[in-house]
Amino acid sequence: MSVPPERKPPKKPKTTLEAKIPGAFEGETVTRRRFMTGTVHTAGAVAAAAFTIPAVGVAVGPMFEKKEDTWESVGPVADFPDDAYVPRTLTIERGIGDVGKSTVYIRKHNPKYDKEPKDEYNDFIAVSTRCMHLGCPVRFVGASERFICPCHGGVYDFQGKVTGGPPVRPLDRFYTRVRNGEVEVGPRFSVNSELQRFSPRDPGQPLDGIGQYVYPARPSARKLPGT
Amino acid sequence: MAKLPIPPSLRPRPKRPGESNGNGSPNGNGAPPTIKRKAADSGISVVDWLDERTSLSAGARWLMFRKIPKGTNWFYTLGSASMFAFLSQAVTGVFLAMYYDPSATRAYESMRYLTNEVFLGEFVRGMHKWGSTVMVILVFLHMARTFFFGAYKYPRELNWVIGVVLLILTLFMSFTGYLLPFDQRSFWATTVGVAINGTGPLVGPYLNDFLRGGPEFGMTTLSRFYALHMLVLPGLIAAMIGAHLYLVARLGTTAPPWMKAEIAPDLRKDPS
Repeated sequence: MSVPPERKPPKKPKTTLEAKIPGAFEGETVTRRRFMTGTVHTAGAVAAAAFTIPAVGVAVGPMFEKKEDTWESVGPVADFPDDAYVPRTLTIERGIGDVGKSTVYIRKHNPKYDKEPKDEYNDFIAVSTRCMHLGCPVRFVGASERFICPCHGGVYDFQGKVTGGPPVRPLDRFYTRVRNGEVEVGPRFSVNSELQRFSPRDPGQPLDGIGQYVYPARPSARKLPGT
Repeated sequence: MAKLPIPPSLRPRPKRPGESNGNGSPNGNGAPPTIKRKAADSGISVVDWLDERTSLSAGARWLMFRKIPKGTNWFYTLGSASMFAFLSQAVTGVFLAMYYDPSATRAYESMRYLTNEVFLGEFVRGMHKWGSTVMVILVFLHMARTFFFGAYKYPRELNWVIGVVLLILTLFMSFTGYLLPFDQRSFWATTVGVAINGTGPLVGPYLNDFLRGGPEFGMTTLSRFYALHMLVLPGLIAAMIGAHLYLVARLGTTAPPWMKAEIAPDLRKDPS
């Protein structure tokens, strides 16, 4: 059943001329009041965006900025045995004093323990002391050959693999290289339970199974290309 | 009854001009005005001057002289208590900011100086520190009161939602403020807190970068937390408290659940 013509809603005028607005130009489709309103709203939006967008950019910018890779010498090659860790202090972040420093445990590569593929970056093994549960500082206990976290009881074996407690993946490591007889420690990388290298993740983010997709790598921290 | 020196514009029912106020006008008995009377009059004229130009008294009356239900009790003061805890935090925080230096190398030293050298510094810092705990406790008690009294129900759902936002903002304040003393406890607590934040799937890693201003705890992390703690979050909380109070004044408060509605005698089924 169709609506009778007299009850149909009146046709909406297409132009201001059809709407019989006084002083309308021919072909004018937007009323001047509507045009002014739109102009003022647009001007306001542009003005607000002009300070909001740069301000937000300043706040989120560092998320997309890759930190420069730095290599820091930690001592001559002879300092590091292949059956025990030697602690060294590394500057993770410059310009903030002691806060930017962190302890790293270093030993020579030992084929008896280290089964992962050999390349130019693992003549020496540098293990981070950042616990992979929530980021407390672990220490290496020589007697038990274990890394132990004081906060919530995370325990790691000689290679840094989890043997107890809540940590979700083995301890992070650092790239190492030898230059002029000195061991140099470079950027951080994370490992899964097979000790495969991944771009650095924060503590509490597992890398086994779908973990590497659930906790994606950030643009601000990447492993060295090709490793 | 002694006449209180409240400006007429703030009284619940102002006297109409020409109406006898029963107690004599200021000079009604012909005696010269006392100093007290003069002081009260000048105060009244200041308020009147403001009110004539702003009409604020109507708003003040609307806010202050509200009907409240029978059975209102001390539990209803928890919201005001939370607000006063916030005000205390705001005031003490402003004065702590006069001495605080949000730089990773100097923050601890500035807090040590404030605590040990500045007159009353330790007291004001203590008020801010303990006040933060008190505020969190009061906010939770206020929420519990609202929940158990059923005061979140229609038409007050939006106020409950705003209250939850306020609770979350309060907890953000606690989190960002905890880092600022920059001692071992606050540094490692924040390290752990940020790591917990990072366990959120997909967005966690990016949120961490945003919080720290980079992949590691760096130069700008402390100042970031400081800016959030003293500018962004207090501004949001103040605005939300404004909206919360507006809705309280507009919708009124609820009676406790144990109060029974009184039925008018002529509507009772069993008139007795």
